[in-house]
This record gives sequence, C-alpha cells and structure tokens, in this order.
Amino acid sequence: MGNKPKIAMYWGSACGGCEVSLANVHEALLIIDANFEFVFCPCLVDTKYTDIENMAEGEILITFYNGALRNSENEQMAHLLRKKSKIIIAYGACSKDGGIPALANFHSKEEIYNTIYLNNPSIDNPYSVIPKTVTTVEEGDLYLPEFWDTVKSLDQVIDVDYYMPGCPPEPHQLVKVLNIFLSDEPLPPKGSYLGVGKTTVCEECRRVKTDKKITKFYRNWQIIPDATTCLLEQGLLCMGLATCGGCGGACPEANMPCTGCYGAPQGGSDQGAKMISALGSVIDIAPLKELPESEIPNYIDAILKDIPDLAGTFYKYSLAKSLVNRRVK
Amino acid sequence: MNTTENQGMLINSFEPKIVGFLCNWCSYAGADKAGATQAQYPPNVNIVKVMCSGRVDPQFVLKSFQEGADGVMILACHPGDCHYKEGNYRAAQRYQMLKVLLTQFGIEQERCFFDYVSAGESDKFVQLITQTVAKIKELGPLNLKVTV
Repeated sequence: MGNKPKIAMYWGSACGGCEVSLANVHEALLIIDANFEFVFCPCLVDTKYTDIENMAEGEILITFYNGALRNSENEQMAHLLRKKSKIIIAYGACSKDGGIPALANFHSKEEIYNTIYLNNPSIDNPYSVIPKTVTTVEEGDLYLPEFWDTVKSLDQVIDVDYYMPGCPPEPHQLVKVLNIFLSDEPLPPKGSYLGVGKTTVCEECRRVKTDKKITKFYRNWQIIPDATTCLLEQGLLCMGLATCGGCGGACPEANMPCTGCYGAPQGGSDQGAKMISALGSVIDIAPLKELPESEIPNYIDAILKDIPDLAGTFYKYSLAKSLVNRRVK
Repeated sequence: MNTTENQGMLINSFEPKIVGFLCNWCSYAGADKAGATQAQYPPNVNIVKVMCSGRVDPQFVLKSFQEGADGVMILACHPGDCHYKEGNYRAAQRYQMLKVLLTQFGIEQERCFFDYVSAGESDKFVQLITQTVAKIKELGPLNLKVTV
C-alpha cells in the first residue's frame, strides 16, 4: 500500500466536472487504485490541508490541478501542491487556459461584485454586504480568500509540467496519460499537451467537408443541421478548426458544433484570433465583389450580427491565455 | 487646473507607436511613391511589408497591441485589384470581426485601421497616416496590461 506512487487532484476555481471525468473512467478506476495511492482530492477523498502540509517535498508523484486561479486560496494551494509534487499537470480547460471562469476577465472585480451582491433584481442585500478578507466577530477574526480582479491560468502562477486540455478532459485520455507514467517509456518533454490528438477537431470529425461559402450564421436552436455535412458549412459556429483535437469530435458527432474546449492546438496560437482568421476565409466573398468599396463593411457587419457575443464565443475557454487576456480598463 | 494642464501637456508630447501592415503590391508601392516624392508625414508608423493583406493574421494585430503598439494599420489593394484575386476581401472580413473583438476588449475601434491604398495613391497614403496618427494621439496611450 505504502509503496504505490501517490496522485492528487485539486480544484481551483472549477465546477467539479474534472472530478466527474475521473469518476467516468468507470472500471479503470480500480486499475488506477491498484497502481496509485490517491492521497488528496477534496471532492472524493477525506484528506485535509494539513495532511498535505505534513508531506515531504516531492512526495506526490502527480498532481492534477483543475480549475482556474481566481483567488488567493487557489494560489496558496497551487504553491503548496507544486512543492509537494514531482509533476504538476494542468488538468482541464480552466487550469490550462482559464476556461469559463476566465470569461470574467471581460469585467472588473467591481462589476462582478456589483452584479452578484449588490445590484440585481433577485438580490436582497439592504446593508450592501460584500465579502471581505477579514471579518471581526466576538469570537475573533474570520478570513476569506482575496478575490482577484483577473482570473489566471495555472502556469501564470506556478511552474507546470504538462497540460491536459478539455472541458472536462475525455476519461479515456486520462487513462492513456496515467499509462504513460506506469510504462517504462521516457516521459514526454516538459510543457507537452498530454491526451490530445495530433491536430484539430476537424481532423477527427467524420463529417463531409467541402469548399466553404458561408452567407449566414445560425445559432444552435435556429436550425436542425443535417447529420453528415460539416456544421460550419451549414452556418453553425463550429470552433473545430481552431481547436486542439483529442476528443474524437464528440460534439459534431452529436450534431452540436464544437465550442472549443480543448483550446488552441499546441504551438502557442491564440484561439480567438485563429477563429477570426478562419472565418475570414470561409465567409462567401462573391457578393462583396459586386459592391462598391464603401458598402463592403456594412455587408460583412450584416453577416456578423448573427454572432451575438463574438469574443465570448471565440475565447469561451481560453481567455486567460489569449494575447489580450483581459478588458482594458 | 494644474492637473488638467499637466494632462494636456502629456497628450501633446505623446508619440504613438503604430504598426502598419502594408501589402507588397499596392500599399507598400504607394508608400514607396510617397517616399520618392519626398512627401512629409509623421514617422510614427512602423511599416511591415506583407505579401498580401490577406496574410495579416488577426494574431499579428493582437500581438502588436500586446507588445505595446498604440495602433495598427492594415492597408490593402482596392477591391478587384488584389494580386492574389481575393486576399483583400478576406482581410476586410477579418477586420470587421477584429473591430468587434477589440471593442469587447475595451480597445477603441479606431486603434485598428483598415483602408485601401493603390500603388499610385501616395497622396492618400500620406493623408491616411497623418489622420491615423492624429486620431491615436487624441486617444492617448493604450496602456494594455497583460498577465503573462
């Protein structure tokens, strides 16, 4: 029991979906348990902060850190787990690229507090109470983590060894990755994406792709797409061409466009910018050729108006790691 | 009053850094002609020659802002004149999307500028550079703070 390599999974600013992806390996959980000792995971195991604090440095072989870093508690845990772990894997979109929580970077801390605690029809807060880091009560001081203005990815706070993208990562990819560490094979170079496909989601998607000439975009509820043609060709905003593969094209397979949860393919590109670049290449230009120069922007804007939240859609999972990663104040 | 005066002085002395992506076949030739005719225009635009405006990846624009540019200019061939037939239409489409994106990032749309300049239009080139530099001087420094 004591000689098995130790693994941990921690959640920062997360939804718990990454833990579900661990539970979703089904029977393989028994194999994981036979080969690893699961020492820390607040969602599933009853070890506490002090148990980790009392561990030797590097005692944990792998920590899967999921969730973005949005407050000082997330940061404190990241530093502690870095010290106690040989390998840190940024697990899931939030930890790798900021994920959904990083969409908050389009707003300031004040705006968020205002909407959540102060100024919202469903809120009853007559004394305008907002969370404070220190609250003094009769019994003494109570502490809360500090809420940051900007959501960060894990590698913006600590040194990260590997990345596993996905919202959440596919369970079969988790099994594949754990097998890497059980085998005698040399480990991949530091900074590698683990459990991913070679290129993009489009490469793995089985739909038929031809020359794309888009004249109108639709939202998912507006049309029922046919089951075999590329969804982008049908006018749905499928992010497959700007998104790292590894999921096997699961969403397009289920008639839903890719929303980009695996982030940009490895190589440091900006997912949203790449999406704009790609759409620029597939929106039909034939009508533009008939228009006078001054009318061209209006015509394009009329097509773009069907994309209600362009930045939020294109950076749905990767805002913390994009080139411009928060709103300018 | 003192502060306003100080701010006034600050804006006047601000020299914006602007990156200009110019297509090799039309706009760069237009800039060349402006040089040959010794036309005077502000020196704030750092020109990057690209083979086609369609080659301007939106990443180039965002990267320019990230690395401290206060503005970006993309100059293309006139519609119908593209050396590669349609690169400038592609650029026009990407520019319209970039404008939406920049607005959502709180970056003024005017900081990213797109227009058509042919090889013969050195006057238009000078006029656009002068206008854009003046506009961005008016907007002031971008002061983008990016977490790396």
